[in-house]
Amino acid sequence: MKKTLKTPISSEDLEGIKIGDIVYLDGHIVTCRDVAHRRLIELGRELPVNLVGGAIFHAGPIITQEGDKYNMISIGPTTSMRMERFEQEFIAETGVKLVVGKGGMGAKTAAACKEHKALHCVFPGGCAVLGATQVEEIEGVEWADLGMPEALWISRVKGFGPLIVSIDTQGNNLFEQNKTIFHERKEKIVAEIAKNVKFIK
Amino acid sequence: MRSAESMQIMTNTMAKFIDVVGKRLPDDIVGKLSELRATEDSPLAKAIYDSMFDNLAKAAELDRPICQDTGVISFFVKAGAKFPLLASLNGILVESVRIATTDSPLRHNAVQIFDEVNTNDNIGEKIPYVHWEIVDDGDEVEIEIYMAGGGGSLPGRAITLMPSAGYEGIVKYVFDTMVDWGINACPPLLIGIGIAGSAEIAAILSKKAILRPIGTAHPNPKGAEFEKLMEKGLNELGIGPQGLTGNSTVMGVHVESAARHPSSLSVGLSVGCWAHRRGTIRLKKDNSYEIKSHAGVAL
Repeated sequence: MKKTLKTPISSEDLEGIKIGDIVYLDGHIVTCRDVAHRRLIELGRELPVNLVGGAIFHAGPIITQEGDKYNMISIGPTTSMRMERFEQEFIAETGVKLVVGKGGMGAKTAAACKEHKALHCVFPGGCAVLGATQVEEIEGVEWADLGMPEALWISRVKGFGPLIVSIDTQGNNLFEQNKTIFHERKEKIVAEIAKNVKFIK
Repeated sequence: MRSAESMQIMTNTMAKFIDVVGKRLPDDIVGKLSELRATEDSPLAKAIYDSMFDNLAKAAELDRPICQDTGVISFFVKAGAKFPLLASLNGILVESVRIATTDSPLRHNAVQIFDEVNTNDNIGEKIPYVHWEIVDDGDEVEIEIYMAGGGGSLPGRAITLMPSAGYEGIVKYVFDTMVDWGINACPPLLIGIGIAGSAEIAAILSKKAILRPIGTAHPNPKGAEFEKLMEKGLNELGIGPQGLTGNSTVMGVHVESAARHPSSLSVGLSVGCWAHRRGTIRLKKDNSYEIKSHAGVAL
């Protein structure tokens, strides 16, 4: 059963969705990454897009322009952890409900997802043509002065995904849980390899 | 043939090859990914691999870059001393990047230091990066193109350990970095480890290590064994595709080394993401070329 979210997303829409679930998105998603986060949170500039009930994508696409029409050539996620420093306040200030990127995010973002009922999801990294074919139209661009990767590109999408839920509205954090397991395994594996690499003697 | 004409031909050849490298993975990487895909049994890992292969097919069909992050373009040149355009090659490579950026198209990924502006053509201070080696007295050059994406570059690092840390210290350093940063770098990853006596030598060797084809081994049997141990161990972490757990973590581990100072043991680490966009081309004095990494490609 394919679960599809539609923007604007309400807190109720996200009830019962758990980490590890796969969802898809219909509606609008706005690219928003390093400098856009810094402008809103650190520099106090007003975001030129209304994100209440909306979705953002940690992504910097490849776009071509014909006249005043933009074409989405290639769009996939960038490392979400780079936005960890700003995301908690970003979620609180904007009312965004869906944060899409790659890799995990940290404790502050998880706290914001719990408090404000939002999700962090992973779009498979490097799958940028797949992403582009799910964009129906680029409806606009803001903060174009930031250049192609960093500008806010507003896209209308259909069946956008798979989106793997990495933080749910209970604040559960899939990557943090996995990381604990990886760290436990690591200690044992490193100790085992160390026995076989005593080349300095 | 006049050299201006030769330069034009070489520039176009390189621009077209950059385009290919951004849109089609090298044969060894596709083979390895197919192999790893078959070993996954969890629904999540399978779903990720399905997306990856669906994406590769769509990139070919629609003639588009596999990943939106087409990286900072790097060239590793192994030159014969008698290649006729040796002195012009740097300029040829820069110009080929300018052309490919528009024609392919590539994302704009050169941000100038201090001024912090994107040049919007992938050409910036010392970028594209060109690494030179004069390897023989021949009249050909072999060029590795590598698209260094941001996610894959984030785990990159180097450190100088004290010899008392031993190779055990190298193992720990690589595993610590992989668990903290590897999961965000689009696994399964190709891991490059440089071992030397100072940080900058180890760092550049680690990058050269990920340019080696999958299946090649360190020339010293102890080095080759070290690669195998690391590969097996990293796979046992079970990081899986996109860090969402699975039966494999890496496509391979490659080590490149240089003799060290008695007092220092440096290690460099570079990782290549699953979309490992690397290409190998040989340019000849009659302006012809030979592509080694992508069978059946004509430019």
